[in-house]
Amino acid sequence: MVSRRNFLIGGAAVPFLSYLELAETAFAATPKDILVVAQQLDNMTSLDPHEGFEAVGGEMMSNMYQKLVRANSDNPNEVDPVIAASWAADAENKVFTFKLADATFASGAPVTADDAAFSLQRAIRMNKSPAFIINQFGFTAENVESRIVATDAKTLTLTTETPTAISFLLFCLSANVAAIVEKKTVLANEADGDLGNAWLQKNSAGSGSFKLQAWKASESITLMLNEHGPYKGNLKRVVIRHVVDPSSQMLMLQKGDVDVARDLTSEQLKALQSDENVVLVRKQIASLMLISLNQNNANLAKPQVWEAVKWALDYDGMQKNIVPLTHAVHQSMEPAGFPGTVTDTPFKKDVAKAKALMVEAGLADGFDITMDHYSAQPYPDLAQAIQANLGEIGIRVKLQSAENRQVLTKMRARGHEMALSAWGTDYFDPNSNAEVFCINKDNSDDAKKKPFAWRSSFKSDDFTAKAEAARDEKDPAKRLELYEALQREFMQNSPFAVMFQNTKTAACRKNVSGFQLGVLSEGNSYLETNKA
Amino acid sequence: MNKRFKSLAATLSSVLLTLLGLTILTFLIGRVMPVDPVIAAVGDNAPEDVIMRARAEMGLDQPLPVQFLHYLGQLLHGDLGVSVLTKNPVAQDIARFFPATFELATAALILAVVIGVPLGVWAAVRQGSVTDQAIRVVCLAGHSVPVFMLSLISLLVFYSALDIAPGPGRQDIIYDGMIDSVTGILTIDTLISGDFGAFRDALAHMAQPVIILAYFSMAYIARMTRAFMIDALKGEYIITARAKGLSLTTVIWGHAFPTVAVQLVTVLALTYAGLLEGAVVTETVFSWPGLGQYLTLSLMNADMNPVVGSTLLIGVIYVGLNLFADILYQMLDPRVRS
Repeated sequence: MVSRRNFLIGGAAVPFLSYLELAETAFAATPKDILVVAQQLDNMTSLDPHEGFEAVGGEMMSNMYQKLVRANSDNPNEVDPVIAASWAADAENKVFTFKLADATFASGAPVTADDAAFSLQRAIRMNKSPAFIINQFGFTAENVESRIVATDAKTLTLTTETPTAISFLLFCLSANVAAIVEKKTVLANEADGDLGNAWLQKNSAGSGSFKLQAWKASESITLMLNEHGPYKGNLKRVVIRHVVDPSSQMLMLQKGDVDVARDLTSEQLKALQSDENVVLVRKQIASLMLISLNQNNANLAKPQVWEAVKWALDYDGMQKNIVPLTHAVHQSMEPAGFPGTVTDTPFKKDVAKAKALMVEAGLADGFDITMDHYSAQPYPDLAQAIQANLGEIGIRVKLQSAENRQVLTKMRARGHEMALSAWGTDYFDPNSNAEVFCINKDNSDDAKKKPFAWRSSFKSDDFTAKAEAARDEKDPAKRLELYEALQREFMQNSPFAVMFQNTKTAACRKNVSGFQLGVLSEGNSYLETNKA
Repeated sequence: MNKRFKSLAATLSSVLLTLLGLTILTFLIGRVMPVDPVIAAVGDNAPEDVIMRARAEMGLDQPLPVQFLHYLGQLLHGDLGVSVLTKNPVAQDIARFFPATFELATAALILAVVIGVPLGVWAAVRQGSVTDQAIRVVCLAGHSVPVFMLSLISLLVFYSALDIAPGPGRQDIIYDGMIDSVTGILTIDTLISGDFGAFRDALAHMAQPVIILAYFSMAYIARMTRAFMIDALKGEYIITARAKGLSLTTVIWGHAFPTVAVQLVTVLALTYAGLLEGAVVTETVFSWPGLGQYLTLSLMNADMNPVVGSTLLIGVIYVGLNLFADILYQMLDPRVRS
């Protein structure tokens, strides 16, 4: 006879035992032809390469589309041919001719010069966020038909407004905004004259390694092998799962439920360094952490104060103690890994020198100031260290923490005094950062252009002229020399204290090889990735 | 009849006013928060002309009252706007995210009620005993330990160390894209598809977040049940029933519990509403693509249409469940009926 108590206990055990049975059968290892990636997919708004301008989306698009050229990951002064087999400039450096290599879209159709011309024209006509990267060569919706021309099936010519350094043009053409889409497919999905924009936001029409199978916002992105594309490895699919919590990413990686974890914290990476099942792929990316001193503030407008701040900071101490695996000390406005970047770090903590500069500025007693900073780590810890460093020279910093978009919104309204923030470079050319840090021609509140320098009310005609001269220099070698000189000068004579460059790390299980991180997110590539 | 109609009209107008107030409040909060939604849409590095164009396209260059009237007009046509982040109509997004939360919340509530109510009754009946103390400690722990900590510990123990639970996510990678979404409730969709492997996988993935949410809710339900039951057991009708020689079980479940059930209705309705609102932390740790995660993500990106849309939905849920509780209250309590 079964007692009531035993019956109840038995009844309670049934779900548990059946769960164990579930567990035994349900959890299989990830298949060898599917790469599973855990990543925060939180700010991706479009997968149309002529519109999307965020880091995560940029990475997805660069694996689905090809461009005429791509940045060389080993030698930043060069570009590698992709769809363009060769290129040449005319004597005036205004007409550039590209001969196209053989490539095939995911649909099976060949990539033609007509597709390439249509793609560049489309980017200009749509005029979305990244269009400025190529319309700075004088292309407009009105002139693209005549200035971007397919002269035959394999030849494309671009005519720029003014003589242009071919290196500058090529670097800009390596950006996703110059990705080549299949004209026929895109136009077949056009709605209300949008050049297929609404469709391409959630579909793909490229010739890259993979094509888009599905994008479920806040859930996952699935890329499927483009059988006609350049990928030659053993992957059939790449599934990127939106896993917000780094701890969850770490556990999933260690259990083998994901093959790559992309957003681990410094502490977690430290723990994984000794894990023989995990390989860490690291790359310095084009994201700088810096302090901006708003020139609207009389104290911060003094050049001696700019210098004093730079000499007061303990760069090495902060790097070693707060951001050892995620940031490296870097003081130039151009990120390492870019053409012509200066990697000197002339500023070291020197309190005596900084104090002397404060005296020279007439501020021996220091002053009070507020510094805005992002609320996400490591910014609060760094802000406290900066507060302590500046306190030593009499600058009494009050910290104001906020979500990063709040800080950016405040900076865009010139509402900050000091701000600790980050700047991500837009495209692979020194002009990208030089333009925003140095070229500010109209410093009025209602200026038409509001570059990063404008946000801190910094206007230097000298820097503007030098940055423009470097941009327009036609000799590639001399161009880089001009940028190097500009960086050194900017380091010394600007109200921006560049402190660190971000390092990204992808933690891969040891059976995964060939995953590449780029200095820009569009360099993050599965092209050579394999899974054993 | 006239009285009933008046009462219904009063209830409906109160509901409408609540929703209108909620819409105004959420809309205003969304517009006055110190984040520029245009920057969230086009990126911080976008040129000024692109920003201006996007601002005009989003209608944010209009005065606030015009923006609100426009939004209200859209809303009356059932249009919650489009999400900047997902590029989908918000209603479509909510239809995708809400079922995931609904599935989690409903399973958690059922589990919490099945365990919490008897536990509360048991503790009340044995008030002051070791059993009562033990139940109170368990409930206190459930209510005071942060959910994210419970979630992480659970993952660490059952997923990582013991290997008896699947990791974060709603289903295993091998079923990715294989199940057609009919209801959005994965356990039902997998059954409809006839793929029992996928069904078992979906159940296994639900287990941890459901148990954690259930534990959290159970703790509250058990504590409230205990308190209500202790009160009920002091009633003279209970003493009378015991004096008549009825068994303890009959007295508790037949006489005392109906009184407790009336009070529990409100507790359960609010608990369910709380769960449906989106267990943000649990959804984040378990990578569960539900309403909480959608709302948080939208808020972090200053994508205000989904924020207002989701908040309205939550408002409707609260109001709806309150109404439901009121109706149930009337059915269960003859004093209210009269």
